[in-house]
Amino acid sequence: MNSSETGTQDVGAETPAVVFRHASARWGNRVIWEDVNAEVGRGEFVAILGPNGVGKSTLVKAVLGLFPLSSGEVLVFGEEPGEANPRIGYLPQRRHFDPGVRIRGIDVVRLGFDGDSWGFPLPGLSRFSRRHRDADARVRAVIEMVGATGYAGRPIGQISGGEQQRLLIAQALVREPDLLILDEPLDSLDLPNQAAAAALLASVSKEAGVTILMVAHNVNPILSYLDRVIYLAKGGVASGTPEEVITQETLTRLYGTPIEVFRTSDGHLVVVGQPEAPHGDVHAHMVRQ
Amino acid sequence: MTANPPFTWNLIEDVRQLFEFPFMVNALRAGTLVAIVASLIGWFMVLRRQTFAGHTLAVVSFPGASAAILLGVSATYGYFAFAIGAALVFAVLSPAGVARSRTEESAIVGTVQAFALASGFLFISLSHRNITGAQSLLFGSFLGITTTQVAVLAASTALVLAILGFIARPLLFASVDPDVANARGVPVRLLSVVFLLLLGIAAAEASQITGSLLIFALLVLPAATAERLTSRPGMSAVLTVLIALVVTWLSLALSYYNNYPIGFHVTSLAFGAYVLARAARVVTGRLGTAGVVQ
Repeated sequence: MNSSETGTQDVGAETPAVVFRHASARWGNRVIWEDVNAEVGRGEFVAILGPNGVGKSTLVKAVLGLFPLSSGEVLVFGEEPGEANPRIGYLPQRRHFDPGVRIRGIDVVRLGFDGDSWGFPLPGLSRFSRRHRDADARVRAVIEMVGATGYAGRPIGQISGGEQQRLLIAQALVREPDLLILDEPLDSLDLPNQAAAAALLASVSKEAGVTILMVAHNVNPILSYLDRVIYLAKGGVASGTPEEVITQETLTRLYGTPIEVFRTSDGHLVVVGQPEAPHGDVHAHMVRQ
Repeated sequence: MTANPPFTWNLIEDVRQLFEFPFMVNALRAGTLVAIVASLIGWFMVLRRQTFAGHTLAVVSFPGASAAILLGVSATYGYFAFAIGAALVFAVLSPAGVARSRTEESAIVGTVQAFALASGFLFISLSHRNITGAQSLLFGSFLGITTTQVAVLAASTALVLAILGFIARPLLFASVDPDVANARGVPVRLLSVVFLLLLGIAAAEASQITGSLLIFALLVLPAATAERLTSRPGMSAVLTVLIALVVTWLSLALSYYNNYPIGFHVTSLAFGAYVLARAARVVTGRLGTAGVVQ
């Protein structure tokens, strides 16, 4: 695709949510990644995969305009990164609220709605102002949607990691963003919570038409929902559908070491031999075909 | 202070008497202003885990005040100049402001605090003041507050409240959730500098009533107490101010009648409120009331 076809002013419905063209990032003299070419279509559920330390978080920060590219470009809804941030919901890499934080979950979600406006809300304003009633209703609705109503009134430092994560997803969704960017949202959740959060995100993506760009270290819980993957490794970058990218040839080239991809009898893909696994442990990725 | 009228159980008469002396009226005015500003700034300070920085800004106002006395100018100028100066130093030296480099921040802050205390004692001894002078700077005094001082306190309180009112919501966002706030375009770094300056002003104000060392009585205790009682931000901020006001007024009245140091009264009443709030929490927890235990 050449740049004259998709000019930066094109913000129509057909513009992809995110486009990387020959994008490179450096930290001082060190190249983090270079020549990334990838596209995230509207409404897709896309994962950025790869071992630790290859710059997955940097990639999403570039989309948010928080990390400048050294060359190439990234366009978000056809605009420069940063310009489109009001349309983006962002959930940064795992952050804990320690037990001493005595702010309710509902307040944290509310801050996602209007925390960036100056001044302070007068108590009891929602009784008189329609705008405040609507805001209250929106906050309650999004908390209901993620299934966090039962504990949204408790101090956020006092609830479990999985419950905190649901409220943070609600916070990222509260302004009805077109693009939801999540940085390792499943990390540090236990297995049932990982599956539940992945299913929640998939249903949000399908029902509300939200594009999801998600950094993941462990691909298993989400792989069955993914439309596309962007795979980052020391040896380069590959993007495409999971079936295209998660192959013996591509992964071997990316990692610079032999990787084997097997298909199990029930149709799963299993990836064996990724070098980021500590002490030679086998690290497996599976995909349902 | 020998002519203190005795305390009677006719409370209305007692309160009327309190207001008869201009020095008491000034003390009540100053105490009220300080209670409001210190407790509100303290509420954010507790949330932001910057109590150590707050304490140090208050300790820094001690050499400020003693240097002012040494130079023969009003101690008020010394309080403000040193506390604001130190706040600027912290802002420059610890760029992250909140959370990120907390160990480094506490090392810087601790270094400044030790030097400030030492300098304060040097200035006191250079100005040949007796130990009482140092004592009232460190542990507080409500005697001899001039009308000019009250005017300065009123002006600085108005300034701090106006700025705080303007930045309150983004500051809360940046304190609770800096990464998301940053992505939403909230100027997190600038807010943390502005907050340190407000904290410096509040510490300078409160030092003039509770003394530099007992600053936590108004800066930390009301916020920590309110936090025990509710986790609704608005409610808890209002409670914080109410607790600080009641504690300050009661302390002034007590000091008036029994002549014990004001710093002791403010601290012990605020501490008492905190212990009561914790105890109440434990009791309601035991009874299993509502889903808000702990």
